[in-house]
Amino acid sequence: MEALRHTINAFATPTTIYLSSVALFAIAMWKMEIVVKPLVMIPVVIVTVLGTIFALTDDHFFKLVTLPDNIPITIMLATVGYFTWYALKKGVENDKRLSENRPLIEQEQDRRVMTWPNLVYIEFICLIAITVFLIFWSIGFQAPLEEPANPTVTPNPAKAPWYFLGLQEMLVYFDPWLAGVVFPGLIVVGLMALPYIDPNPKGNGYYSFKDRRLVIGYYLFGFLIQWVLLIVLGTFMRGPGWSFFGPFQEWDPHKVEALTNINLSELLWVKLLNIGLPKNILLREGVGIVVVLGYLVALPPLLAKTIFKKLYQELSFIRFQIMCFLFLAMLSLPIKMILRWTINLKYIVAIPEFFFNI
Amino acid sequence: MDIKEELKPPQDSVVVEDSYHMVTRRGFVSWLTVGWGAFAGATAIMGAAFQRFLFPNVLREPPQEFKIGFPNDFLEGVVDLRMQDKYGIWVVRGFDPATSQTGIYVLSVICTHLGCTPTWLESEAKFKCPCHGSGFYKTGINFEGPAPRPLERFRVVLAEDGQVQVDKGKKFQYEKGEWTQPEAFLKV
Repeated sequence: MEALRHTINAFATPTTIYLSSVALFAIAMWKMEIVVKPLVMIPVVIVTVLGTIFALTDDHFFKLVTLPDNIPITIMLATVGYFTWYALKKGVENDKRLSENRPLIEQEQDRRVMTWPNLVYIEFICLIAITVFLIFWSIGFQAPLEEPANPTVTPNPAKAPWYFLGLQEMLVYFDPWLAGVVFPGLIVVGLMALPYIDPNPKGNGYYSFKDRRLVIGYYLFGFLIQWVLLIVLGTFMRGPGWSFFGPFQEWDPHKVEALTNINLSELLWVKLLNIGLPKNILLREGVGIVVVLGYLVALPPLLAKTIFKKLYQELSFIRFQIMCFLFLAMLSLPIKMILRWTINLKYIVAIPEFFFNI
Repeated sequence: MDIKEELKPPQDSVVVEDSYHMVTRRGFVSWLTVGWGAFAGATAIMGAAFQRFLFPNVLREPPQEFKIGFPNDFLEGVVDLRMQDKYGIWVVRGFDPATSQTGIYVLSVICTHLGCTPTWLESEAKFKCPCHGSGFYKTGINFEGPAPRPLERFRVVLAEDGQVQVDKGKKFQYEKGEWTQPEAFLKV
């Protein structure tokens, strides 16, 4: 048991967890018709439940999971997992029916009903049920109130509300104006823009997967990997000093990690060329600025000619540019993370003189 | 196609007899404009009234310039945390590798990433921010985590009575080359 815990702790680094999650995600996207089968999912659920029971025997993990703040995350994980599986299973089923020229699930069993009274009644009952649930929740779990706020004392670790922990994790890799303002704005605006960017009528009103594999993958990557996974990492694995801890590792505020980070300009001028940073800011950060502009401006036409060729023909020019921009903005987080983990890169463009770091 | 047909009301049902109670389109839009105009006006007046709160009668601000004791009150090589709660500063006495001088310098307790208060870890000889893991050396230079620039230093001089006087109104930033200015550092 102890040996297993040590192995899991040793395996649990941001790099391994993130990359293995991405790998699992890619496999699921690739072989979805196999992954959603009960024959695959039932063992996965059994292993997850047994693993959780094993993990709960650990004092530290037990305390962490049963914290009133953290219980919603466990509930969220179960519901997100179930509903994602449910939708994808239906989608795979419909794909099969389409390929066999049979009617869709939605056509076969027409379950359409009137909004009034059917939907409104259900919504009203849900409203009452949730209110009752929240009342009992607030009686059962005390709010984690602390002493009056003091600007010179920051609790260690200082954590955002659980649903914002993904944003807090993003702040480890980006400047506040990017991770706190631009990216959250892009997430909201981008989600609102989705129906206007994507004019493809396939999948409207029925579950589907194969026809919309790219878009479904695009969305689920953003939601499951970039949002839910980061919440889990932020909740269970970030401890004092925002250091990374394994699930069974005691939170030691004195944990030392080799985290000496450098900017791209320092890497280039000091480490490679060995001549010191130039005085001129534009010269100093020139390479970083070119890299960022190239990423945002030169990459979309390249993508249009290669992996997004089909998409480029389906979408109009402006739609494709917006889609590409949102896509590249989303990918910038994993890129930044991997650069931080591998070469300790802090900022690609670093102009602290004007609060401008990317 | 057929859905649109269904949505159309039967032609003969659009019969209006009571013209007095009928609201015309024009009349409806006029009243709507009046209503929204009144709402916008009321909101504007209330917003203007709230401006008064920007200028409070009494402003309880701690003094920006204060004396923190004699130079010998601070031990060589120690990060002094006594002034953290009261003034929001750390006082360090000793050799400063960033400017190659020996004396006293005063660091701001505000992390340059997002403004949390880092913790001084004596055994690791670093300030570590609990919010996103930024780390700073004793000098205030940032070396780990996302903090883009070093901690700020405050003006520190010797008062006439021989005490160390700190002025938080004047800050010195390393990235602007200000740490080498005379009052950013107190030679002792």
